Amino acid sequence: MNAAAEAARQFGAARVGLLSCHACGLVSRAGGTRGALACPRCGEHLHRRKPNSVARAWAFLIAAAILYLPANLLPVMHTRSLFGAQSDTIMSGVVFLWTSGSWPLAVLVFFASVTVPLLKLIALAVLLISVQRRSRLLPLERTRVYRMVEFIGRWSMLDIYVITILVALVHMQGLMEIAAGAGAVAFGAVVVLTILAAEAFDPRLIWDPLEEEHDRNAA
Amino acid sequence: MPEPTANLIACPDCDLLQRDVQVQPGGVLRCRRCGAVLYRRTIASVDRTLALCLAAALLFALANFFPLVELKAQGQSTATTLFQAVHKLYDERGMFSVAGLVFLTTMLLPALELALMLYILAPLRLGRAPGQLRLALRLAELVRPWGMVEVFMLGVLVSLAKLAHLATVVPGVALWSFAVLIPVMAGVAAVFNPREIWEFVPWRGAGVRT
Repeated sequence: MNAAAEAARQFGAARVGLLSCHACGLVSRAGGTRGALACPRCGEHLHRRKPNSVARAWAFLIAAAILYLPANLLPVMHTRSLFGAQSDTIMSGVVFLWTSGSWPLAVLVFFASVTVPLLKLIALAVLLISVQRRSRLLPLERTRVYRMVEFIGRWSMLDIYVITILVALVHMQGLMEIAAGAGAVAFGAVVVLTILAAEAFDPRLIWDPLEEEHDRNAA
Repeated sequence: MPEPTANLIACPDCDLLQRDVQVQPGGVLRCRRCGAVLYRRTIASVDRTLALCLAAALLFALANFFPLVELKAQGQSTATTLFQAVHKLYDERGMFSVAGLVFLTTMLLPALELALMLYILAPLRLGRAPGQLRLALRLAELVRPWGMVEVFMLGVLVSLAKLAHLATVVPGVALWSFAVLIPVMAGVAAVFNPREIWEFVPWRGAGVRT
């Protein structure tokens, strides 16, 4: 049987009037009261779903997508040495690693700095659109994609740390000097914004349309 | 005031309501529908988490006070600690935001997380709940995703590989400390069971206990 039918036989907490606390995990009965509810154990606000999840996730995501351009086009590093000055973008840094023979590192940095941010932008956009269209397709797979996005996002910080260490270490009078470039600011912002976007998204929204369909069928 | 229920768990990822079947010690409870880890029931969770947090705090102190790496070339030598690296970046034009981000994710927030964990666990180990347990647990949970020492460690290794062909690179005490700190922090994440600690939080509600 398909996943939709499978899921329809089970109950989400919200569907039966229960709310789980996002802080301590306690499940409470909402009762008839309207308005702000507080967790009886820890006092946190209780919400059926994260408030304005889709709008907030889109806001962070669009901001990240805009900054993705300067992050990749502007230089993240300026090198001055006896042999002249050079500016590096994220991508030219990867190329440098590749041509200088450390191709496993080139692959690693390419993955962390180029692939991961782009995949995050695409994956979150697909998740948001599917939730807004109330799609019932592949809920399990979409939940896994979300968990992957959450897990992998932090690794994009890699290049920021590489720049920090290089700037701190390479300042030898007359020989070589490395300075950070404006692209680093945009790149750092992309990483933070995509993490915030992932945090704003509520994966339970993926499952809501399946449960509603079941309710309609039962009625 | 909402009414608490006993022995129910809602999956944080898909909201599936399930009974808290008592998993055997050492076991993991996963969501039946989406496979999310609901909680790990660790044996002697408080003891083991506390031990690992103490080790992590010590390693973290070493990692911050000693130089990360030393670079030697043409008779010149430069060394940097983590804080010096952040400070150097801060002094560059327009880089205070990046320096701030590095400072938060590698120094302040990991330190805060460890401090909160010790604040939570040390009194519990001695048999009493700390005064601000609820706040500390909540804060530790908010701070945790922003501590990125393991990513930083990888970043240091990549930059060393980049420098290896133009200078002699000498790893410092801090780098070795980071190398040990990362599996210890992973251990903390693996044995810490916040669900167990929440049981010690005094209820805010009208004294309804289930």
